[in-house]
Amino acid sequence: MLLIHCPYCEEERPELEFRNAGEAHIARSSSIAEESGEDFEKFFFIRSNPKGIIFERWRHVHGCARFFNAARDTVTDRFITTYKAGEPKPSLPKSASGPAAYANRPPDQLNVKRPRRKPVAKGEAK
Amino acid sequence: MAKAAKIATAERSPIFAGREFSGEGAKIAVLAPSHRLALRAPEKSLAALSKALGVKLPVAPKSSVTKVSRSALWLGPDEWLVIDDGGKDPLEDCARVRVLHSAVGVSHRNVGISISGPRAAETLNAGCPQDLSLSAFPVGACSRTILGKVEIVLLRTAEDAFRVECWRSFSDYVLTFLTDAATDAA
Ligand SMILES: [Zn+2]
Repeated sequence: MLLIHCPYCEEERPELEFRNAGEAHIARSSSIAEESGEDFEKFFFIRSNPKGIIFERWRHVHGCARFFNAARDTVTDRFITTYKAGEPKPSLPKSASGPAAYANRPPDQLNVKRPRRKPVAKGEAK
Repeated sequence: MAKAAKIATAERSPIFAGREFSGEGAKIAVLAPSHRLALRAPEKSLAALSKALGVKLPVAPKSSVTKVSRSALWLGPDEWLVIDDGGKDPLEDCARVRVLHSAVGVSHRNVGISISGPRAAETLNAGCPQDLSLSAFPVGACSRTILGKVEIVLLRTAEDAFRVECWRSFSDYVLTFLTDAATDAA
């Protein structure tokens, strides 16, 4: 069983008491009605889904019931750090990101071919 | 704020009250009905609330304060469970408090179960993943946690005794689970 450090309970507690609550540090626009459809899509649907370090919201739902943030490695499931909601994103040392960070580079920096797409001629797509 | 409202009291029909199981290492007993209060309040309000309740609301995580027959259990940074076994409703004491707070009477929502004996911790650990050793969970420590499939509030009342608070509709499950566990732990 994983032990997760709750910043409010100030100790490590069994994972069964916690619930994941999605990616952290996604700010809701203060004028959401004026936002373009594209920006809203980014805010609402698009998530980074990295291989390596991810910042997530977690909730100690069967404990103090508070939401907090965590930096977690999606490859090893290791929690690197947890911190209270509202606190700034901690800067993590480069080494913490490990070899998996390689996979997060844009495709043209990776040693793989970019998928070839046939351009669709006008009128062809139905 | 409106005038302190007159609090209606509902008829009590206790569930399993008085039921007991005596295992070799642990004894399980359903406790008599208590008064209970779910309290939410900011730091600024704590002094006035503590005064009204007659028990100092603890601010350290996983801690509780007991005075005579009333206990205040820290559940979260702004959340407490107040249990009174002396027949005095803490909700009435809070009704006169003028500082910001939320007090909800949950007396009937919970059922209290005591687990005592040399294997009380082992019995609970059959379904509770927390470290219940005396160094991690000393006498007076309390926590919302889980037991098997349900959420409970756990309070250590003595080195070899705990009080489990669970929701009434879960109490059948909790009682059966603990009885089974006490049989295994022995
Ligand atoms: Zn917590």
